[in-house]
Amino acid sequence: MSTTRRQVLQVGLLAGGGLLIGAPLIAKEAGQAKASVALNPFISIARDGTITVFSKHSEMGQGVLTSIAMTVMEELDGDWSKVVAVPGDARAEYRHSLWGVQATGGSTTTHSSFDQMRQAGATARAMLLAAAAAEWKEPVDKLRTEQSFVIGRKAGQRLSYGELAAAAAAMPVPTQIKLKNKDDFKLIGKSKARLDGRAKVTGKANFGIDVQMPGLLTALIARPPVFGGKPKVIDKSGAKAVHGVRHVVEVSAGVAVVGENFWAAKQGLDALKVEWDLGEHKSFSTTAQRESFDALLAGDGVDAKVIGDARALLDGSDARIEFEFDFPYLAHATMEPMNATAHVHADGVTVWAPTQFQTIDQMAAAEVAGVTVDKVVLHTTLLGGGFGRRANPKADFVREAVEVSKAVSSPVKVIWLREHDMQGGYYRPRTRVCAVMSLDEKQRPAALEIGVASQSILAGTPFGADVEKTGLDASQVEGLADWAYATPNLRVRYHLAKGAVPVLWWRSVGHSFSAYVKETLIDEAAARAKVDPIDYRIELLAAHPRQIAVLKKVREAAHWGKAPEGHFQGVAIHESFGSIVAQVAQVSLVEGRIKVHKITAAIDCGQVVNPDTVKAQIMGGALMGLSAALGEAITFAEGRPEQSNFHNYPILRLPDAPDVDVHIVASDGPMGGAGEPGTPPVAPALGNALAKALGRRFVELPLPRSVATS
Amino acid sequence: MRLTINGKSTEIEAPEDMPLLWALRDVLGMTGTKYGCGMAICGACTVHIDGAPTRSCLLPLSAVAGKSITTIEGLASGETLHKVQQAWLDHEVAQCGYCQSGQIMSAVALLQSNSTPSDDEIDAAMAGNLCRCATYPRIRAAIRAAAGEEKA
Repeated sequence: MSTTRRQVLQVGLLAGGGLLIGAPLIAKEAGQAKASVALNPFISIARDGTITVFSKHSEMGQGVLTSIAMTVMEELDGDWSKVVAVPGDARAEYRHSLWGVQATGGSTTTHSSFDQMRQAGATARAMLLAAAAAEWKEPVDKLRTEQSFVIGRKAGQRLSYGELAAAAAAMPVPTQIKLKNKDDFKLIGKSKARLDGRAKVTGKANFGIDVQMPGLLTALIARPPVFGGKPKVIDKSGAKAVHGVRHVVEVSAGVAVVGENFWAAKQGLDALKVEWDLGEHKSFSTTAQRESFDALLAGDGVDAKVIGDARALLDGSDARIEFEFDFPYLAHATMEPMNATAHVHADGVTVWAPTQFQTIDQMAAAEVAGVTVDKVVLHTTLLGGGFGRRANPKADFVREAVEVSKAVSSPVKVIWLREHDMQGGYYRPRTRVCAVMSLDEKQRPAALEIGVASQSILAGTPFGADVEKTGLDASQVEGLADWAYATPNLRVRYHLAKGAVPVLWWRSVGHSFSAYVKETLIDEAAARAKVDPIDYRIELLAAHPRQIAVLKKVREAAHWGKAPEGHFQGVAIHESFGSIVAQVAQVSLVEGRIKVHKITAAIDCGQVVNPDTVKAQIMGGALMGLSAALGEAITFAEGRPEQSNFHNYPILRLPDAPDVDVHIVASDGPMGGAGEPGTPPVAPALGNALAKALGRRFVELPLPRSVATS
Repeated sequence: MRLTINGKSTEIEAPEDMPLLWALRDVLGMTGTKYGCGMAICGACTVHIDGAPTRSCLLPLSAVAGKSITTIEGLASGETLHKVQQAWLDHEVAQCGYCQSGQIMSAVALLQSNSTPSDDEIDAAMAGNLCRCATYPRIRAAIRAAAGEEKA
């Protein structure tokens, strides 16, 4: 990232944090909102009463269009049947309440926008009340609202929000606003059907890849087979001879074949001949990386957490638990492959993108097009999955769409073939972890030392300006540096690895492996202590009452200890993104193959907005974690990713997906997230169940396809 | 070339080797059918050809001339959803929603050929449709519900 962009971002970050309700304006973004009046950047109301809620966060399946609308409508007191929710375009007012740039991630949407969205709804309601008060010449405190109407004390005094909207927009924006008491919530906390459900079952939902407009061209890009490679010799003749191919242009990402439609571009790509200079990483391999990581782990690293003197105790202990874990690169493999549409024109740039990172994409588009950021209009589409891949600080998929559009002077949609998507990097980092633990005479943890070696996600991004200096990437030790079990001597070290493979946050980031490390260690300790693994955890979590409540809930819901003959249960608990999730996996072995029968989950995420969505997210999060544990890995040989499509990167299929029974623990704790916390516990719960079945522990993921039962 | 799509005879100007998926999406502007893998292994592009669930991403137009093609856009009659679509809503199946057109087309085809599928038959019929959000348990529940409705 260039200095200029970083500076812009830091200004944004400094400006962030406060609640912001902007001045009224006429909404022009959404078709549904035509002729409707904006009361603030989040709400516009049409004459017919349709209320459009603009979501400042991206909808990628997690249900935020619905939950944000619920939060707004709670305070607006609008008629739920009249609400439409649409993804917000890039706008300064839509910046993340914590991060200062418009973004969706870190399971933060609901809790970070909760007060702001309530305030948006309450402010609009106050302006509608004020408009009615002016119309009736009545004091505002004599009026009330109900289901999109303002109602006065006199008979027949009743005006709809639709009738009042225009006058309300001209009212002063109140600065002091009282929010509802939690006990008075009518929408928040009760399951509502997804507002995007119908569009998604009728084929009408518009994802990035569905963007259409007159004159739109489609581009596919021939990409180097090895990260860091460059075209050496390009023979465009075959591609150019394909009917419907309009342009073949060299761009930063490779060679773009631009056609009248996908099929023309695809045939052109197949006919394009490129000889690559593979660059310095052409012999990179997963096995060689293992050696280099182990060399790093043997060194000092950087301390992420130190309590007491773990090393001294471990050196003197002869009954130690020792594991060397290995976690692979993982692809996000969103069902909608990466894509973006851009149009560089005389007045600037217009971008349509399925993105989690609007502001950063906007800055990247401006940089590539050579215009100022205010000349970039960025429309957010629906996202066919995100899982972190569409929150790229490098803005890769947007950047290249702008570059191609600029080069060919047309609107262009760049589509990544599945192979490009899977081999294009930005993976969950490969990680090796060494862990040594000693137990005291009561078989409780006495000392623990953990070393983590991986590439940094944060280094070189605006979120990790100091990683290069300190050598510590907090995202790679999360879940370990905050080790929850009572352990008097603890040392967590990080070993920063260099590498050419682009890495990125993958649903639950560092927790995606750290929960496995933590929960495998503690489960083994419980086994050595010959104590029930849930009882053992509860004893060591005395300082974490919320975790204890979640464990007790899952114990009861899973019928812990009562699995049928031949079935084995394993448990794990992990706190991440402000929420606590415990899971019990129930498994058996069928001819050496792992069969997962059921996952039971309990979550404490504080105040819940849409309970059904929380359950859906914990279900999906758990099964995505299960998918990874059972079969996902990106490996390298001769510099190349060895997986290319779903035949050799097997994601979970329906027959292998167990039911997931999710229980929400009622809680007064602070609000946490739901999108990611369901993922971390599943792999260790599965591993711990297998340990019961087989008497051994797996330290490398994914698990073997078949496990010896002897 | 003339194709019959969702009951309507449709003239399309496209090369015969163009896969049906891209003819639907890029030539006819029917974007409900999705691209997922280009290898006919993820199911996102599932349509019905003469009632049979078929992956459209590798299927050349020449192979579907004269046949009856049904896409996700052709399931509902006006505002009334197909019972499988309705079951999807009742069970809040969709998350990101990208794969759901293909999931629904596979489920509709299953119930057309087998109105009371067993769990194993559901597994077998739906094994070729990937969902990265892993909505599978709710897909199973929705299919069972739609099948139950048929029984009643």
